Amino acid sequence: MNSVLRIILQRLALGVLTLFIVSIVIFTAVNMLPGDFAQAILGQGATPEAVAAIRRDLGLDQPPITRYFQWLGGALQGDLGNSFAQANFASFVGDDSGARTTVAAQIAPRFANTMFLAGVTAAIAVPFAVGLGILAALYRNSAFDKAANVSTLSSISSPEFFMAYILILFLAVLNPILPSLSNIYDGMPFSERLQKTLLPALTLTLVVTAHMMRMTRAAIINLLASPYIEMARLKGISPMRVIVKHALPNALAPIINVIALNLAYLITGVVVVEVVFVYPGIGQLFVDSVKIRDIPVVQACCLIFAAAYILLNLTADILSILSNPRLRHPK
Amino acid sequence: MSGMVWFVLYLAAVAVGGWVFRFAGQTATGNKPFFRDMPLAVAFGYVLGVTLAILAVFYYFQPVMTEQGTPDAGVTFFRWAVQGLIIFAIAAWVFRLLGRNIGTAGSKKLFRQMPLTASFGILVILIYAFVSIFAGVIAPYGQEEIFQQVNALPGGNAATGGNPDHILGTDQIGRDLLSRLIYGAQNTVGIAFATTLIAFFLGGSLGFLAATLQGVLDQVLSRAVDVLMAIPSLIFALLLMTIASAWAGSEKWLLTVYMVLIIAVIDSTRVFRLARAVGMNIVVMDYIEAAKLRGEGLGYLIFKEILPNATAPLLAEFGLRFCFVFLTIASLSFLGVGIQPPLADWGTMVRDLSQFINFAAFSPLTAALPLMAAGAIALLTVAVNFVVDWMLYRSSGLKE
Amino acid sequence: MQDDTSRLLVEMRGIYMEGRSDETWTPIIKGVDLTLNKGEVLGLIGESGAGKSTLGLAAMGFTRDGVRISQGSVHFDGIDVLRASAQTKRQLLGKRIAYVAQSAAASFNPAHKIIDQHTEAPVQHGVMSRSESAKDGMELYRKLRLPNPEEIGFRYPHQVSGGQLQRAMTAMAMACRPDLIIFDEPTTALDVTTQIEVLASIRQIVDEFDTAAIYITHDLAVVAQMADRIKVLLKGDEVEEADTRTMLAHPTQDYTKSLWAVREFQRPAKPPVNTGATPVISVQNVTAAYGKIDVLHDVSFDIHEGRTVAVVGESGSGKSTTARCITGLLPPRIGAIELDGAALPLDYRKRNKDQLRQVQMIYQMADTALNPRKSIGEIIGRPVQFYMGLTGKQKRKRVEELLDEIELPADQYFDRLPSELSGGQKQRIGIARALAAEPKFIICDEVTSALDQLVAEGILRLLARLQDDLKLSYMFITHDLATVRSIADEVVVMKNGEVVEQGPKRDMFKPPHHAYTDLLLSSVPEMDPDWLTNLLKERGVDNIGDAAVEKMS
Repeated sequence: MNSVLRIILQRLALGVLTLFIVSIVIFTAVNMLPGDFAQAILGQGATPEAVAAIRRDLGLDQPPITRYFQWLGGALQGDLGNSFAQANFASFVGDDSGARTTVAAQIAPRFANTMFLAGVTAAIAVPFAVGLGILAALYRNSAFDKAANVSTLSSISSPEFFMAYILILFLAVLNPILPSLSNIYDGMPFSERLQKTLLPALTLTLVVTAHMMRMTRAAIINLLASPYIEMARLKGISPMRVIVKHALPNALAPIINVIALNLAYLITGVVVVEVVFVYPGIGQLFVDSVKIRDIPVVQACCLIFAAAYILLNLTADILSILSNPRLRHPK
Repeated sequence: MSGMVWFVLYLAAVAVGGWVFRFAGQTATGNKPFFRDMPLAVAFGYVLGVTLAILAVFYYFQPVMTEQGTPDAGVTFFRWAVQGLIIFAIAAWVFRLLGRNIGTAGSKKLFRQMPLTASFGILVILIYAFVSIFAGVIAPYGQEEIFQQVNALPGGNAATGGNPDHILGTDQIGRDLLSRLIYGAQNTVGIAFATTLIAFFLGGSLGFLAATLQGVLDQVLSRAVDVLMAIPSLIFALLLMTIASAWAGSEKWLLTVYMVLIIAVIDSTRVFRLARAVGMNIVVMDYIEAAKLRGEGLGYLIFKEILPNATAPLLAEFGLRFCFVFLTIASLSFLGVGIQPPLADWGTMVRDLSQFINFAAFSPLTAALPLMAAGAIALLTVAVNFVVDWMLYRSSGLKE
Repeated sequence: MQDDTSRLLVEMRGIYMEGRSDETWTPIIKGVDLTLNKGEVLGLIGESGAGKSTLGLAAMGFTRDGVRISQGSVHFDGIDVLRASAQTKRQLLGKRIAYVAQSAAASFNPAHKIIDQHTEAPVQHGVMSRSESAKDGMELYRKLRLPNPEEIGFRYPHQVSGGQLQRAMTAMAMACRPDLIIFDEPTTALDVTTQIEVLASIRQIVDEFDTAAIYITHDLAVVAQMADRIKVLLKGDEVEEADTRTMLAHPTQDYTKSLWAVREFQRPAKPPVNTGATPVISVQNVTAAYGKIDVLHDVSFDIHEGRTVAVVGESGSGKSTTARCITGLLPPRIGAIELDGAALPLDYRKRNKDQLRQVQMIYQMADTALNPRKSIGEIIGRPVQFYMGLTGKQKRKRVEELLDEIELPADQYFDRLPSELSGGQKQRIGIARALAAEPKFIICDEVTSALDQLVAEGILRLLARLQDDLKLSYMFITHDLATVRSIADEVVVMKNGEVVEQGPKRDMFKPPHHAYTDLLLSSVPEMDPDWLTNLLKERGVDNIGDAAVEKMS
């Protein structure tokens, strides 16, 4: 058990280190912007005093290393700085001391919304995909398997917005079952919220299910060729039991990996889908901020996405270590 | 909620049908092994498949016009989809038949073992290649040409607001949509292809170098790639595009060039991983050890010993990478930060035309416009994936 | 054994089987009959590709994916297995017919404890309850002389050694007290000292429960110990069948006779080396490590011109590591390697072209030793060009000479790819590639262990002839003592990274020995059907195999 603990601690440390380096990469990338943020915010006609004021206000007069650690330190305490868009607005009306929206305040509710969307998607997609994968492995080379192969391959290949518009066309426009716009607000009753989230969640489900299902099937089929499965069949055990009792425990590690990978992929998919459905999540905020070059928000969103991504991969890593009997029960 | 109840009832009916079907089969054939050893789940599957097929046929033959005289868009779309599927299936079949009878002995053998999906994929890829190379010749108008008539409806029927000169109509500022769709092939596919090539050159050469030399270089490159891969690719691309857009300023074409480079670098990390892994598998072979012990140099090892054995997985990866790059570019364009106007491209077209989808109930063809652009993207990636799937299946030698 | 129908257990009639390759079905078994009585052990022998495993599985009514039985019938105790329902078949498998696979490590499910896998069949078939079966399992483990029989079942497969797992699998096969067990090369993957232990316990338990068995193997000496009757297969055809003693003493068919004859190839002894002659290769006090752990300890031996030194030992003894030290792939931590009396740089990258040329290597797996994308001409031509500087016609001529040398017609093989050759032919190409460098010294790393006996014999004869013609020196790494007998001049015995004993061959096969050499030599099965019985009588069950090795250290 000791060695497992050590491996897990190693992975955790590695994850933290990766996140740290990623934050440096993000920060450096943003600092490669030409010219000056303040200049960019205020435009060409700004007075030098105004520019200097903004610079001081945003801390841009500090050297990059200091700014990086200020930013990182703040981020660790949940303070992600102030949104440029708001600062811009405030200085434009001359009310420099007024309340200004922090990035954290902007992101927090949207982050919750995105988590809700991802949660609904995962709740539908994971059992569905794993179940279908097991069935396809069990009845491999049957008509069902071939149909599943062709349709999953097609759905992996399609861009998210294609899926989204097809679903809108059939479930919102032609048959008004679900709303095509996901205008969610605070304090909405759960059932209504779920209904409005269902269409984006279904779109994401279609995208991730295909990949998860294929990998589940492949992981199991890979094992079916192994001698211990042949041994189980030669013991006269029913096909279902062979899969559930003998193949599945050994396929857990790859399946967990696939699930984590696809949940991580949701992060990317969420951006496009949120834009299509005007879903007030972090993805849409990210895209909007990219367009208006609201650097602190872009930076913060990027960090959050990367952190979620790293966390999911880390979880998968640790779970698959735990599912390996060779590591759990060392010699 | 009643929908759910009906659905459950339907499944229950199918389950009963499955049992009856199996029992009938057992009695009718005198307990032939096929029916005797059939699990209930399989019988369920058969009955489910048959009932769904019957439903589909029934729906297909519903009238296209509703009783109120408006078009029934659902049936229309369904018919188009089925017809498209049949046409493509026949085309792929004919194409495969041609391949089996024309060409060298090797290519004939290849076509003989080919599943229909793969021949469909190859056919579609050939069509796309043709259209994108000869877009200037095929397209009726230029991609930036602006006409008087704005927002002409598709169909070319003047009575319903169309214009026979513009079969698919025009966009908001009066550009011919059919031409833009055709030029879109050139721009979207061409740019994605170039990006993939750069990504491959970069990731492939570094990957093989790391696998062959190992040691410090391998460690440094692998750790760097680990970090870059810890950021989701679309997110990273969007971040870098923000910066690139500031660098490019008002030079729109420059932004497209930056996009190509950014995506190439991000994707080269994935290529690096694969090339390194493939390289590692080959490097441990005894024939590489024999060559090393002979005193061969690095160039000989990589180009003469390793590369020839890595072509199959690399080719498959090229297909997959291309799909990925293609989808990333389409997504960026869809989000408005990808290929810049006035170049026509499918991702941007989907975004610009997306509101048309709400007209589905009145004019199915109009609603189909954004789907056509999106479908053009999907069709190519599906085709490439079909081919890659077959290639992987062949090279793995799996009989399962 | 009386030919009495009530004793009849398995009856296979006119079995034809086919396997799928690409699009077509090619025959694997071409009309074989097989009968087996209750309590009888039938040995199925043949070379790889003879179809023995396929036939063995067919006796259970089971075919692997991509294989089918196209004709014939299989009756097990009166049940028509091929026409029975899936349900009936499942009730036979595990309960009345059990299977013991070649690799126990791969055939135990890594996710479950051994005892849980043991009890699965009895519980699923309703023969015994879980606790009964577990208790019975421990009893079986004791009978099979597994250490800690009460406790070993609660381990996971990876926590138990290969030889022990193989016995645990035999116990698992016995769990339902089946009427028939199919042993599919159960000892092939094991070292000789472990093999003997497993053989002894399998034989004992099969006797004790009077279980019928089909014992599949390619090793004649093994089957001679185990079987009452032997059936010889060749490429899917039956060659002959007779009871064991008759078969060993008077084989009737040419093929069987040639199989028997293989073991008799022996080179004439050479005169002793002049004392004072400079050895071609001299390994001096080599200690080498992977990472921080030493795997070789103070290894020294010489190899003289025109001589073959066989380095013998079981897996993990450091034979191949020594070879890696000589070639310079693993520079030793301490010690030196000399070529013709001059020290070689320890790292191969620091050696010059001529030094590299003098030391060549032939690998165990010809499949991975030849680049699959290069033609035979290119593979052999490269060292010719690289070392000798020959190009064009001259290069081609030299390659053709080399192909002649290894007895493959040049015009047929020059443009072929390795995948178009058989295992033995590939190994010959490997030899030609080594010869192309015109070396003094060749390391042969288990070159015959992946080959069938007849083919291996051909390779050994070829190597012997080349040695005499070209005055080559060989370092022959092997675990197979029969190979040592036929080709070696001197023998080096290794164990755990140390040289246990070394000297001329005739001394090595004569007592007195170092205790480990003795054990190694006595564990090699002989063709005499009474060999195992006599050995057990002589040494006692506790002085063979791993148990004896443990006593030694």
